[in-house]
Amino acid sequence: MFPELNNFNTTRAEQGKLTLLCDAKTDGSFLVHHFLSFYLKANCKVCFVALVQSFSHYNMVGQKLGVSLTTARERGQLVVLEGLKSAVDIFFRPREEPHPLQFLREANAGDLQPLYAFVRDTLEPVDCGEAAWRCPVLLVDDLSVLLSLGVGPVAVLDFVHYCRATVCREWKGNVVALVHDSGDAEDKESDVLLNGLSHQSHLILRVEGLATGFCKDVHGQLRILWRRPLQPTTPRDRSLTYQYKIQDKSVSFFAKGMSPAVL
Amino acid sequence: MAAAGTCGTGTRSTGSMVAAASTNNVTSFQRRGPRASGADSGCSRLVSIAGTRPSVRNGQLLVSTGLPALDQLLGGGLAVGTVLLIEEDKYNIYSPLLFKYFLAEGIVSGHALLVASAKEDPADILQKLPAPLIDDSYKKECDEDVCSHKMEPDIKMKIAWRYQLLPKMEAGPVSSSRFGHYYDISKRIPQELIETSKWHGFFLPEKISSAFNVESCSLTPGYMKLLQFIQNIIYKEGFDGSNPQKKQKNILRIGIQNLGSPLWGDDICCTENCDTSHSLTKFLYILRGLLRTSLSACIITMPTHLIQNKAVIARVTNLSDTVVGLESFIGSEKETNPLYKDYHGLIHIRQIPRLNNLIYDISDVKDLAFKLKKKLFTIEHLQEGGLDL
Repeated sequence: MFPELNNFNTTRAEQGKLTLLCDAKTDGSFLVHHFLSFYLKANCKVCFVALVQSFSHYNMVGQKLGVSLTTARERGQLVVLEGLKSAVDIFFRPREEPHPLQFLREANAGDLQPLYAFVRDTLEPVDCGEAAWRCPVLLVDDLSVLLSLGVGPVAVLDFVHYCRATVCREWKGNVVALVHDSGDAEDKESDVLLNGLSHQSHLILRVEGLATGFCKDVHGQLRILWRRPLQPTTPRDRSLTYQYKIQDKSVSFFAKGMSPAVL
Repeated sequence: MAAAGTCGTGTRSTGSMVAAASTNNVTSFQRRGPRASGADSGCSRLVSIAGTRPSVRNGQLLVSTGLPALDQLLGGGLAVGTVLLIEEDKYNIYSPLLFKYFLAEGIVSGHALLVASAKEDPADILQKLPAPLIDDSYKKECDEDVCSHKMEPDIKMKIAWRYQLLPKMEAGPVSSSRFGHYYDISKRIPQELIETSKWHGFFLPEKISSAFNVESCSLTPGYMKLLQFIQNIIYKEGFDGSNPQKKQKNILRIGIQNLGSPLWGDDICCTENCDTSHSLTKFLYILRGLLRTSLSACIITMPTHLIQNKAVIARVTNLSDTVVGLESFIGSEKETNPLYKDYHGLIHIRQIPRLNNLIYDISDVKDLAFKLKKKLFTIEHLQEGGLDL
């Protein structure tokens, strides 16, 4: 996790939250690594739907951030659904038993019911006396890949809704999902998904590339938007903007125009 | 050397790496082999495959794209297990060159090849590959061997047997243990090199001519057959570590030409809202899944300028690892622009993957142009200064 990002009070011990990570014209996957390592360190039970990269990629970055995903997996704290590996298994070795990603087998736009069932079974709080984890967390990297695989945006929204109802409301856990903003690529499905999720989420972290183009010292801009504050007295929709630079083992954040390279 | 440095930093992770190795087979992103003894012997396992080298940054295994200039722009080379997507230029003149360089590099390095095309027979594609260029500077490296072997051309070479295959009139042999070679486009690759190489061809009209049963999946039949073919080769030849290879491990270089064009049976380049709109993206996803779990690297050329739906281009870019776009000046207003008079087109590095890392190697230079000389394809920085604008 990135200590500086924690200081922005994005990840207090609030529960029952849907956090939306959104990136436009840049790569926001560093936020996924941040939340993954944060929740593992906070001793939460994590279900990680990793659709974009292989497990060893997340593991290696996790080690730089101080968590070992393999140990977490062995302990039962982390359950990873690897999209790439499962896709190959489903496609070339068709079995009749259900698989969370079995919509890949189907010709028509599938639904994500099996995936929801997988998440529910994984994160269901077990009432045994042993090491009880703190709140369950669902982390998805990323939802836009589902659109590319033929799932309609409404089906993805339904899936997130179901997960929110179960994980956030029933079990007081958190859901974190990454979505790509296609910007001016006129991707209607992506816009539907993004708008729908932005409306439902409590916290939005939006990563954008700089408007002026590529810069070596400032890799982009991060906007943090709090929606639906839990206490009615706090002002609605507070937002903050920072610029960041990604380094080998961490990300440094600074106020706009205050990059150490410029000062 | 730099690889030793990266090996050292990973000492803590050996245990977990070995544990991970036992659970999943061979992912190309793992360090090859645990370090048994000292640092020097451990890293030698990483470079045990010819024509590859570990990345300076994270020990990732890299192969050359066939163009040393492009290798440098991509951070040392193309990572094994990833996809290089070339967005074709408008008249498809320069992208086949990059495709051929990739395949020629595979032949010279001794890698296995898989060539897939819907337009041209893979055997013909291989015939037209450029010949490796003999550079005078290589002579200094292997001077003694060359001199002695030149004297007695009939002696059968036992260790440097590859040198024997090259025709004797060449100035010096091409060392196949180098990373990245130069090629002469005006000459064809020697026939012996093709014959000794291991290659598999996928020519769509041949594979699809028999009556096919429509699968229930939403991929077009052409893509379906290609995926099955690739998976078959990977599995049979053991590139995914399933059959323990008794002989030396090798890399499979996959080249797919003009993916997405109507010849593949996909009408994504013809209409804006087509029925098979998810076929191409699904294909890329499953292909990447195959590559991640095997020792292979793939180059795909795609006529993205024909794709009507911009959203699909964005999705295809997100689903590929490295994306390079070619923009040629032919027929465009840039042809008469004095800034570009020495060049044939621009090359855009649109995406470089972050593999096993938060950061990635990205060059600071964004204005890159390419030029096709008589023998070489070169990539250069756009020169500034001395312009009458």
